[in-house]
Amino acid sequence: MADAILDVREISVDYLTRGSPARAVDHVSFELRPGEFLGIVGESGCGKSTLLFAIAQLLSPPAQITGGEVIFKGTNMVELREKALRAIRWRDYSVVMQSAMNALNPVKTIGAQYADAMRAHQKISKDAILERSREVFALVGIDPVHLRSFPHQLSGGMRQRAMIAMALLFSPDLIVMDEPTSALDVVAQRALMVQIKELQRELGFAIIFVTHDMSLVSHFSDRLAVMYAGRFAELGPTREVFASPMHPYTVGLFDAFPSVNGPKVYIGGIPGAPPDLAALPGGCSFAPRCPRAMALCTGGEPEFYQVAERRVRCFRHGPEGGDGD
Amino acid sequence: MTDVTNGTPVLETRGLTRHFRIGGVRGRTLHAVDSVDLRLDEREIVALVGESGSGKSTVARLLAMVYQPTSGSILFRGRPLTELRSRRDVLAYRGQVPMVFQDPFSSLNPAHTIDYVMTRGLKLHQPGLTRAEREAEAERVLETVGLVPARQTLAKYPHEMSGGQRQRVSFAQALSYQPKLILADEPVSMLDVSIRVGLLNLMARLRDDEGVSVLYITHDIASARYVSDRVVVMYAGHIVESGPSEDVLHGPVHPYTRLLLSAVPDPRAPIAISSAEIAEPPRVIEPGEGCRFRSRCPLAIELCARVTPQLRTSSPGHQAACHVTVPQEPES
Amino acid sequence: MSTGVIGFRRPRLDRLKAGATGNLARAIGGNRKALVGLIVLAIFVLLALFPGVLAHDNPNAEIYKRSAGPSAAHLFGTTSYGQDIFSQWVFGTRESLVIAVVAGGLATVLSVIIGVSAAYRGGFADGVLSLFTDVFLVIPAFPLVVIIAAYSKNGGNTILIAVLVVTGWSYGARQLRSQALSLRSRDFLVAARVRGERTWRIIVFEILPTMTSLIVANFLGAAVYAVLAAAGLQFIGLGNPDSMSWGTMLFWAENNEALQAGSPLWAIAPGIGIALLGGAFSLLNYAFDEIANPALRPVRQARRERG
Repeated sequence: MADAILDVREISVDYLTRGSPARAVDHVSFELRPGEFLGIVGESGCGKSTLLFAIAQLLSPPAQITGGEVIFKGTNMVELREKALRAIRWRDYSVVMQSAMNALNPVKTIGAQYADAMRAHQKISKDAILERSREVFALVGIDPVHLRSFPHQLSGGMRQRAMIAMALLFSPDLIVMDEPTSALDVVAQRALMVQIKELQRELGFAIIFVTHDMSLVSHFSDRLAVMYAGRFAELGPTREVFASPMHPYTVGLFDAFPSVNGPKVYIGGIPGAPPDLAALPGGCSFAPRCPRAMALCTGGEPEFYQVAERRVRCFRHGPEGGDGD
Repeated sequence: MTDVTNGTPVLETRGLTRHFRIGGVRGRTLHAVDSVDLRLDEREIVALVGESGSGKSTVARLLAMVYQPTSGSILFRGRPLTELRSRRDVLAYRGQVPMVFQDPFSSLNPAHTIDYVMTRGLKLHQPGLTRAEREAEAERVLETVGLVPARQTLAKYPHEMSGGQRQRVSFAQALSYQPKLILADEPVSMLDVSIRVGLLNLMARLRDDEGVSVLYITHDIASARYVSDRVVVMYAGHIVESGPSEDVLHGPVHPYTRLLLSAVPDPRAPIAISSAEIAEPPRVIEPGEGCRFRSRCPLAIELCARVTPQLRTSSPGHQAACHVTVPQEPES
Repeated sequence: MSTGVIGFRRPRLDRLKAGATGNLARAIGGNRKALVGLIVLAIFVLLALFPGVLAHDNPNAEIYKRSAGPSAAHLFGTTSYGQDIFSQWVFGTRESLVIAVVAGGLATVLSVIIGVSAAYRGGFADGVLSLFTDVFLVIPAFPLVVIIAAYSKNGGNTILIAVLVVTGWSYGARQLRSQALSLRSRDFLVAARVRGERTWRIIVFEILPTMTSLIVANFLGAAVYAVLAAAGLQFIGLGNPDSMSWGTMLFWAENNEALQAGSPLWAIAPGIGIALLGGAFSLLNYAFDEIANPALRPVRQARRERG
């Protein structure tokens, strides 16, 4: 991709535990265009949050990047020292966490936290701080009077929007979001997603959105990555992945959502459980649970095959397998 | 107002109300649950659907006798719970109406094996069994919920099991009491998507094979539709709509139900990004008269601010509390 | 459901709380500070059990040359009464250790009963018990002792231990109450109640097992307090001045102006003993910090891998 704003190359993250290290992210690569909305979907333990934190350079022990590069706007962030990282943090990319109550300082007003963030990056006057704070509040639809509120005085949805507003302070080119809606109710979730999409259209930043809820991101992302056991199982344009999922895990995951509007059918779910990342089975990591596994699947690991606009890590869609029917 | 069922309902509430005092000395009242009339019959799964603050979890805890009602009554097989005086009576009720909790990571004591928890439950609710009979029963229910081999499971600690397995243990424990009704408080919300459906199928099996009713409390409409026979929708402490699942979900009458359904992301539905309400369910502190949904309701009329709507029948078995969509018949 | 950065699989936390002896051995063995504490404590226990092995002289026998300095025959010298200081020190270990463990243990039992009951009962009962705890927290030990000493006629070590327990339980009670409070809304406790368990069973079999590491840590803290406070109280004459313990050694040393009179070890040796015993209990506490807070453990691991 010629004008990629983010180029993740073979990034790997290990958790150094008492026994053998657990590989939470295994040689993941992808590119992101400016203004693109990428959804990363997976269940708990698949490594999606770890991947996100690795990209944002926010990992701490026992997690450690053990390989690969994260090239953001031309610079490899993995090699940057803390000082250089701090310069680009929040200016060029920012982070929205799962729970505002955990991310915001409970004893400071929202306005004070915005001021802190702004002053950390540039010499800026009080008036300019106030003006920018009001601007971002207007973007997310919060009354500026709440600049003087404490986090606990706002409702859950408002807190999340305040966090998003904070992420927008410097008009970054990339915002990474780790399940920002999962603490909210269904209606508020919908409202927040709509708002995020509108902001993205208006301001043009790229988004990496991590979630376990496939259906949530289905209407909003440009591309979708499905993650399993530390790797991408499938990656492609969202509508295509939904219309015709290729990887058996994607198919299983997709089917596991009972529908409200369609006919009521019995759903079987995916048998078994995700593998222990410290002791992965040889061969394809999904093979033990896969309804379409072949003899080939336990022998070696499938590549991330390219199929038209998509990539699938499945032998059935590679040159050796029968072409996914 | 009555459903077409025969016999006494397993559990029935009349005007069930629970208020909490908040704010310390100044003491304002939080209306968590107000005037809830609920009915649960044999061999059915009823979904109690609502967002946070709707009161659904409080209803569960009232039914489980964790809280006492502020007013109103709960009848178990026709007899009010207030008649349960002795410890034996209360224990008998608890055995008939056990509860399964939301968080698989904190609902089992990490310091004890599964065997301990199963044994305690059986000692309390099936005291006549010998030790061998207890072990056999524990294994039987574990197998019923799909945890095989049962003997190995008994020896495990909670941390050695996945979230889905732990929830199955909770269901097994409830099942070992030979209950009439299981109160399931968001039993799958904290599980992975691909595991959820297995537990929903288990609940259906319990209804069909073991004859146990389930009150399935959830905020997820799609799963409510998948597993339940009837749906009850709550908003801000009130029931706003109830009826057979397919009727309610495909023909929603109350504006809140309609809003809820429009907000449910369904990957198979066509793309339609509508402008949804940004407001959130209110914290119901001293609300006064009137419909609690009126501030977010596109259909609100003047009457909605004055009079609290009552549940009225819109079609057989299907009721909703709305002045506009189910207006009261004018006196002639 | 999402597990965040550290602790990528939540069950790991629960494994540590399960508190099997394997965990304990691992925690102490893996922690240098705790291991040192354990070794020192073990040495003292051996001295307490078999004092005669190391000290050959009768500690009470006033037969030697008075106020002699350290020598081959008398490692720590002699007292102004002609007793061998080293023997006194070794034999004194037993009483000091016993006082520490008994007083610490009783104080802990009281802390657990009052602190956990207050947290679980809540409401009015909690209010009363907490007030009770706070009153005792504030009572200063020494003035209390003076009052008690005025009324008791040589109560000896029983009074000493009683005073230590009465002044030592309240701090732990506050701590345990806080911990129990944080557990109160945990689903497994509500589940136990909904299952029909009686309150006392819930406290003893559901709450306490998950608090073992904090209770043990509390005991170690109470033992440190007991060691130091006992020494102080014995120094001013409480307890039985004729018994053989480090505190009484200090008492007699002070009465005979040991530091000025040329047998300083009479005061210094027991002082060091007290410090070492208290220190041993404190060091052991580090192992329990780790069991209670597993986040401390992996970090050490990573450093070791790199270094």
